[in-house]
Amino acid sequence: MNKYETVFILTPVLSDDQMKETVEKFKSVLTDNGATIENEENWGLRKLAYPIENKNTGFYTLIEFEGEPTIVAKLETAFRRDEKVIRFLTFRLDKYAAEYAVKRRAVRKAKLEERAAQEAAAEAAPVEVAPVVEEAPAAEEAPAAEA
Amino acid sequence: MAQEQMRPNNQGEIRYLTPLSVDNRKKKYCRFKRSGIKYIDYKDPDFLKKFLNEQGKILPRRITGTSLKFQRRVAKAVKRARHLALLPYVTDLMK
Repeated sequence: MNKYETVFILTPVLSDDQMKETVEKFKSVLTDNGATIENEENWGLRKLAYPIENKNTGFYTLIEFEGEPTIVAKLETAFRRDEKVIRFLTFRLDKYAAEYAVKRRAVRKAKLEERAAQEAAAEAAPVEVAPVVEEAPAAEEAPAAEA
Repeated sequence: MAQEQMRPNNQGEIRYLTPLSVDNRKKKYCRFKRSGIKYIDYKDPDFLKKFLNEQGKILPRRITGTSLKFQRRVAKAVKRARHLALLPYVTDLMK
């Protein structure tokens, strides 16, 4: 069992639902072949540094998974068969990369929670300015709802 | 009078006890070794830009001071980032 990381770029012409569906499809390719998904990140629509297939933007998705080496070939054939994927990269994480990935995940999670808390606070603040006690539970609810 | 005349003569002539070293530049160092970074992330194009010139080419070790081990890893990270269109292969005026 090795740890792998894969990033793929989907065409920007897809709707949000189509994009999520496609991501789910590749996740099921992984799980059906006995891999466990450790982390998934959606970077959203990003600008490409150079045009690929005459497109200047793309949906980036990152998936970290653990599985047998044979799974990579299967995943990559699935990527090649799908016209919605304009670019992909899969590689094995060495021990330093795995350490970094764990750290990155924690940092990312903390940031997301912080942002959610800030948004919740910003929403709560204009409505109820005076009661400070009521702001704290509101901030805690938001990340729980997202998770 | 005699003392006042001595002063301008002494100022015109500067003497050093030790010969001046002309190239007294700072010593280069490998930033990865110094700050204990073990893995170079290709997902962070802004960081990788420190190792590229304006055309997006990878800078040599003699300029950045990176050790050989980490230069290889920088190169790998840059190439991965380029493949995923996080960094350009060719460009002008990147920064």
